Amino acid sequence: MTEKILEFPEPAIRSEPMLLNLGPQHPATHGVLRLICELDGETVLKVTPDIGFLHSSFEKLGEYRTWNQIVPLTDRMDYLAPLIYNCVYVMAVEKLMGLEVTERCKVARVLCMEMDRIFSHLLWLGTTAIDVGAFTPFLYAFQERERIYDLHEAYTGARITTSATRVGGMMADFPDGWTDSLRDFVKTLPKTLDEIESLLTTNGIHLGRTLDIGVISGEDAINCGFTGPNLRASGVDYDLRKDNPYYDYETYDFDVPIGENGDCYDRYLVRMEEMRQSLRILDQALDRLPDGPINVADPRVSLPSKTDCMNDMESMIHHFKLITEGILVPAGDCYFAVEGSKGELGMYVVSDGGEKPVRWRIRPPSFVNLSVIAKLAEGHLVSDLIMINASLDIVLGEIDR
Amino acid sequence: MVDESGSAFDAVEQGPKASGDPTGTPRDSDGDPSGHPTVTALQSWFGSTVLHHEVQAGDQHVVFVDAARNREVLKWLRDDPEQRYDLLADVTAVDYGGGKPIQIVYQLWSVGHKRALRVKCELPLDGLTIDSVVQLWSTANWLEREVYDLFGVEFTGHPDLRRILMPQNYAEGHPLRKDFPLRGRFSRAEQTRRALSQDYHDDYTPESLEVGGAPGLAPPEPNRSTETAEDKP
Repeated sequence: MTEKILEFPEPAIRSEPMLLNLGPQHPATHGVLRLICELDGETVLKVTPDIGFLHSSFEKLGEYRTWNQIVPLTDRMDYLAPLIYNCVYVMAVEKLMGLEVTERCKVARVLCMEMDRIFSHLLWLGTTAIDVGAFTPFLYAFQERERIYDLHEAYTGARITTSATRVGGMMADFPDGWTDSLRDFVKTLPKTLDEIESLLTTNGIHLGRTLDIGVISGEDAINCGFTGPNLRASGVDYDLRKDNPYYDYETYDFDVPIGENGDCYDRYLVRMEEMRQSLRILDQALDRLPDGPINVADPRVSLPSKTDCMNDMESMIHHFKLITEGILVPAGDCYFAVEGSKGELGMYVVSDGGEKPVRWRIRPPSFVNLSVIAKLAEGHLVSDLIMINASLDIVLGEIDR
Repeated sequence: MVDESGSAFDAVEQGPKASGDPTGTPRDSDGDPSGHPTVTALQSWFGSTVLHHEVQAGDQHVVFVDAARNREVLKWLRDDPEQRYDLLADVTAVDYGGGKPIQIVYQLWSVGHKRALRVKCELPLDGLTIDSVVQLWSTANWLEREVYDLFGVEFTGHPDLRRILMPQNYAEGHPLRKDFPLRGRFSRAEQTRRALSQDYHDDYTPESLEVGGAPGLAPPEPNRSTETAEDKP
């Protein structure tokens, strides 16, 4: 029987490679991303990403703004985790100034960053589930994201463009009852995560779409510049919170999940576990949130109190100078990186001692992660390309900057 | 804020002022190399190729390297078992303006040794060419393209040196250079005209164009003679 099938004559058709444009306006590219695919039938021969559709030249704009005026630019890059970007920028400037923020501020920023890690991972989870055809997890994830939006709004007044940090502290302290709302969120999110996991982790369709898709070895992943959950899924134990700790992360009790195979499924597992670990950090940070001022009492960066301004001339002049000139950052350069939701998020600031930066550079994790897609997608089907693209967790606002 | 030199929009029209001392890029005095094991090893291994070392922001070690030998030094940093800087976190450039050399900045991280190092090379404005490090780290591919796009630095040996963030037909120069005005060099009308006349085929590589049957040209004629021969009863 088998032999008979083999003897069947080859049909007289000729296959030719074909060019397919995916995007820039396509929901499965998760933003304004254009993928130029060379296909043989449904097999991807080569992918060439074309980016830059959202380019706004934030780095150039930053050179015309005072140090604190740059904060609103940072959250417009990664609108899926705005607070992490707000925090890391001011952390870089503070490091360059040699400024130590208050204990309350440190814990507050840890709260902000871990909350937004979950915020970003939830969006990734929902949209990735949609890409493999699962609609329910999307609704569950976005319901939980809505609660973080509410927390953003209660704290900063904005849902996405938070702009919550200032050099030397935060724009304000947490409002009354805010930490209770966050604690309530921390308590109830695991239940939703369990529900989503029960829908996806052992789901046959999900397994079929993700297992052994887009595999990259640990060594290659480092060479390609992978960082964050993508790198850890390939089995490399590299997390800046552990390896180059900032803000006392070494004193928090949490684990760094590591994958084995470096495929889409491991990237899914790593992110799911990371959310639970972030909840553990949030829980501990809420417990240890100390009282005291949230802004540092350093005349270089902080404004004098309103009463002082009204009562003595020097405070009034100081207030005026800080507002009109902006803060002055000593000459030098500083690269500061944190573990962002998408990978190593670094800010490189160069100052000449003036009120504006000479250069402000973002080390973009999504940009570097996306550059690997050509290597990952080669030889897979077009539908796998969609899955690989989703599993990288990119945000185009930050890729194009 | 009123500037004595003229309108407050001058900076927007002409680009930001050059920074610091006009004679050279701002450079701190030599830092203490003993604080970082790699720096001492680099100095003894490469001698005068290591031009300068400084410590920035308290604990960040910066090494200035002769731009002509950047690939050699970086390859040693990546491969030497004592160093093993296997993660190239970032490649970027800094322009201080005022005719000062452009700095190429490599941020290195060693995953095994948990150490960071910043390597800088300085390029004079009339010789913006440096060896590419794509052969050492694939990360450098897009990062170097970005530096080429925004600063105009040529990377020799780069496999695909095209613009990446700006459109392929962008003719106003390199936006992150200090002499580039914030609003661009062309008038609004000209910018709009160019944006509308963009040819999206410019983004295809020559190989892709071949695969796609060269878009813009007529598709290849189907071979009618064989079809008709079979179709005939």
